[in-house]
Amino acid sequence: MGSVLSTRAKVWWAVITVVVLVGALFPVLSIFMTSFKSSSDINSGTFLPPRWSVENYEQILTSGGSAQELFLSALRNSIGISLIATVIAVVLATLCAYAIARLNFPGKRLILTTALGVSIFPVVSIVTPLFNLWRNIGLYDTWPGLIIPYLSLTLPISIWTLAAFFRQIPWELEQAAQVDGATPWQAFRKAIVPLAAPGVFTTALIAFFIAWNDFVYGISLTSTSAARPVPAALAFFTGASYFEEPTGAISAAAVVVTIPVVVLVVLFQRQIVSGLTQGAVKG
Amino acid sequence: MNAEAGPAAEPAPRGRHAAGSSTEDGPGPTEAPPRADRRRTPDAEARAARSDRTRAEARLGWYLAGPAFVVMLAVTLYPILQAVYDSLFNYKLTAPDERAFVGLNNYLVILTDPVWWQALWVTLLITVVTVVIELVLGFALALVMHRAIKRLRGLLRTAILVPYGIITVVSAFAWFYAFDITSGYVNHWFDWVPGVGPDLNWFAQQGTSLFVIIASEVWKTTPFISLLLLAGLAQVPGDLEEAAKVDGATAWQRFVRVIVPNMKAAIMVAVLFRALDAFRIFDNVFIMTNGANGTEVLSLLAYRTSIGQLQIGMGSAISVLLFLCVVLICFVAIKLFKVDLAGARGDK
Repeated sequence: MGSVLSTRAKVWWAVITVVVLVGALFPVLSIFMTSFKSSSDINSGTFLPPRWSVENYEQILTSGGSAQELFLSALRNSIGISLIATVIAVVLATLCAYAIARLNFPGKRLILTTALGVSIFPVVSIVTPLFNLWRNIGLYDTWPGLIIPYLSLTLPISIWTLAAFFRQIPWELEQAAQVDGATPWQAFRKAIVPLAAPGVFTTALIAFFIAWNDFVYGISLTSTSAARPVPAALAFFTGASYFEEPTGAISAAAVVVTIPVVVLVVLFQRQIVSGLTQGAVKG
Repeated sequence: MNAEAGPAAEPAPRGRHAAGSSTEDGPGPTEAPPRADRRRTPDAEARAARSDRTRAEARLGWYLAGPAFVVMLAVTLYPILQAVYDSLFNYKLTAPDERAFVGLNNYLVILTDPVWWQALWVTLLITVVTVVIELVLGFALALVMHRAIKRLRGLLRTAILVPYGIITVVSAFAWFYAFDITSGYVNHWFDWVPGVGPDLNWFAQQGTSLFVIIASEVWKTTPFISLLLLAGLAQVPGDLEEAAKVDGATAWQRFVRVIVPNMKAAIMVAVLFRALDAFRIFDNVFIMTNGANGTEVLSLLAYRTSIGQLQIGMGSAISVLLFLCVVLICFVAIKLFKVDLAGARGDK
């Protein structure tokens, strides 16, 4: 249908595309603009900043900025905790999904159903007991104290997504390679790894997004900058002075943590879409 | 790296197993396993070997899948059981020594408190409204992406993945600041709309607060539902639609009579997943109103009771009730609407 679009159809598609783009990106653009308003312009009531100012970015990024310590430690926590939770989940899920896709064993359905059950679990339901337990055993306000519950978010979706990916891998290739004289390890590395790696990578990406997005665990199980991740830190930002709303600093911090998301989405949109839908509806 | 080291050690024996099973069905059991020392008919021998192999495969399967399974149970089953236990006590961290068993009293207190029913009602309202809007918008988006030429499709998908990937709290702030009476521009832009003007404080009353909360939720999560629907659309046989077109069906007729019935499973799954997700709404409400002016939702109520007021017993009871609500929604969806989650999610 590509080449024979009538002029009218072209106009329609242009309109639709613009509508979708504006709809999808406008709130991002909105906070982007807010982040460049100086503290005197923050209540200007305009979409565009009357004067472009990097004052807010100085507050969160440069030494001496009022929110710098708070923001950078939150950024460090978020990246570290989310990455570790992602790696653990993907390693465990790879083993699990491999078994589900390739081996026949009783309990396969049970595992998949459990993963499904865990993924629809209301986070708030388990945060209270964890809060109490973590305080007693010293995991409150620590990295492991968040990494462990994050597994409840990242592991189930990783298992589903990877199992769906692994089911589509033509595993006979491995035997074919062995017949051609490759050792089992070579056969695995040369035939299977290149086919499985994209699925593992995509799963890791989705799991990371989910961990990166967490808020409930973040505000409930941390109290200081020792482990507080970005979303929770944003909610507890304070202004440069008591009377000042931290609007500008929060906006700037929001933009900084959104940039990697946009970059990843632009680079890997195809993989993310296939990963999201693989785990969900493909049979 | 590690992710590959696991299965790496394993496929070799598995490969041989597979090779063995193919010879066994072929010319005959010429390579009888050396372990079968008692003389049997070749058939029985093959069966014994197969059950050995079945057992070995089952063991390997659980070695590989077990850790993930155990971790999943440990991070959810244990806490929810603990919550059930704690909910039977009058237990406040502000006075831990006064901890006392009260049976189901906490539940009685909650279920007779209008605060609970108000939060439940608001949560259900948000859930139903967002899911309905998202289903319509998501379908429209999915159809657009489905029909779009290739170059456009990549652009559209990239654009709608931005709301999906963005942190919910960030999106909540973006919407909040846009509508906020002091820093926002919405009041200036839309002052021609009756009721909107420079004095409108969106977050000072229930209706307008919920409007912004729902709008931000819809913006953030419609991409997800539309991608699920897009995958469902891909499964609708193209020739069916073509045939309907030839027979003179209008676009709307084709949509209602051909497309929707053929992707019912995908729609149901998308709706259920979104409904469960919306029911747990927390982040945007916390950021925008923190539950003020009749916008408190169940998750927030549970959070404020246990983490905010340190009433572990009461908070646990709310957590358990919230969990039961989710189970109930699932149950209704699966029994009443026959949503086949496992089937639809790839478990054949």
